[in-house]
Amino acid sequence: MTVSTTKTPVLEIKDLRKNFGKLEVLRGITENVYEGEKIAVIGPSGGGKSTFLRCLNCMEDPNGGSIIFEGEDIADMHVDINRHREHIGMVFQSFNLFNNKTVLENIMLAPVTIRTKRLRKAKLQKFFGKKDVVIDTTPEQIKKEAEETAMRLLRRIGLEEKANVYPSTLSGGQKQRIAIIRALAMNPKVMLFDEPTSALDPEMVGEVLDLIRQLGNEGMTMIIVTHEMGFAREIADRIFFISDGIISEQGTPEEFFEHPKNPRTVEFLSKVL
Amino acid sequence: MNFFTTLPRKWAVFYNTFVNQNGYKEVLGGLRNTVIIAVLGLLIGIVIGTIIAAVKVIPPYKRVTRFFQRIGDIYVAFFRGTPIVVQLLLGYYVLFPAIGVNLPVLNVCVIIFGLNSGAYISEIMRGGINSVDPGQMEAGRALGLSFFSTMMLIVIPQAVKNILPTLGNEFITLIKETSVVGFVGATDICVAFRYIGTNNYEFMVPYLVMALIYIVMVLIISLGVRLMERRLGRSDRVHN
Repeated sequence: MTVSTTKTPVLEIKDLRKNFGKLEVLRGITENVYEGEKIAVIGPSGGGKSTFLRCLNCMEDPNGGSIIFEGEDIADMHVDINRHREHIGMVFQSFNLFNNKTVLENIMLAPVTIRTKRLRKAKLQKFFGKKDVVIDTTPEQIKKEAEETAMRLLRRIGLEEKANVYPSTLSGGQKQRIAIIRALAMNPKVMLFDEPTSALDPEMVGEVLDLIRQLGNEGMTMIIVTHEMGFAREIADRIFFISDGIISEQGTPEEFFEHPKNPRTVEFLSKVL
Repeated sequence: MNFFTTLPRKWAVFYNTFVNQNGYKEVLGGLRNTVIIAVLGLLIGIVIGTIIAAVKVIPPYKRVTRFFQRIGDIYVAFFRGTPIVVQLLLGYYVLFPAIGVNLPVLNVCVIIFGLNSGAYISEIMRGGINSVDPGQMEAGRALGLSFFSTMMLIVIPQAVKNILPTLGNEFITLIKETSVVGFVGATDICVAFRYIGTNNYEFMVPYLVMALIYIVMVLIISLGVRLMERRLGRSDRVHN
């Protein structure tokens, strides 16, 4: 905590609440996530940790509270959430690569689509006489840049020869690593990982965790929901223990694993360690 | 035995009308109209059906969304709840005169068949969209793509692949259903062969040939659908 407080918060979460019908899943979570921080979210299943993560980019719309990201409250339904989601990368348990697109298309799709749309809008504004619109790119340029980024990222994970195959031909570990760089292609400020290794065969967990570890070392802000206690302990700056819809305990890995205070945490750790 | 003994003579009569008295022109014209109505009807139907289906799967948070979903429901209920003949008659004798538009009968048929198949295709398409893993939509939205971008670029292409056989069946149904356009005075294959039959009051051979033509058309379409399925199946193959 002593290190983190000197930095600026990327996400300011205040009294976050979510219910599904009558079921209260999140019952008021208040926490800041600082730049460059690696946070592991652990807890019993059904405790709300995935819901917490999915609320952070409004995949689930929060029912109460606020999430300040880039100076705006993204929990507010009137905010243009798509613009903010570009800078909040998300990685899913089941990879969710686009089945009808090749690997390269998977990575290029969002940057190209979004930037081309923005360019078209700018051209339209200029056409209707708005003076201060700068058009500094072309659709071809956008595509070329996106392809360069995609290939650079693919080379980084050593899968450039897979650029033109469809996801159905890849192993789980390859799919998940591509899902991670697909999110990176948008230059996110924070990355959310929703149990990134839970759907993988054991021998593929390592390669995915290695990539996440690398990102962490490069200073990416990350929030990781995980069941891999060893990994959480190794990579995290802070651990959030979420049970019954609140963060019932949080602290550095040492504090958390060596000296848990909350009886709920003690019970959980005794089962998983 | 009467049937078989008279067949050669009846065939000769039909052949004479068909070849020497320009009956084939009649049939080709009818065939052209049948194909025009079915193909354009299907295309209009796909557009309308996709729009209705896409609107129907929007999470109904906003009132305007619910409003358009309700309109879609009413539309589908009307076009699935009334026979196509009734829709043709209503369109040709009530709707278009009422709004003061004077269209050739063929155009009216195309529009009515398009509206009709739109209702059926919307249900097919909705099933197709629901068959696509929700994770695909989530992944698109998480990257910052809008609902409609993700829908058009990711979900609907996969949905179409899943429903292609059903869509082929819809086209086959449409081809066969066009046989009622004679009710409003359009000339399709059916009308053409009835016309040839009326020429000498010999209906047996013309109607047999007519059935044969329908079967051949349907077989060709089935073949086309199978080829297209194979092409679209590329992304499923493990080795490519």
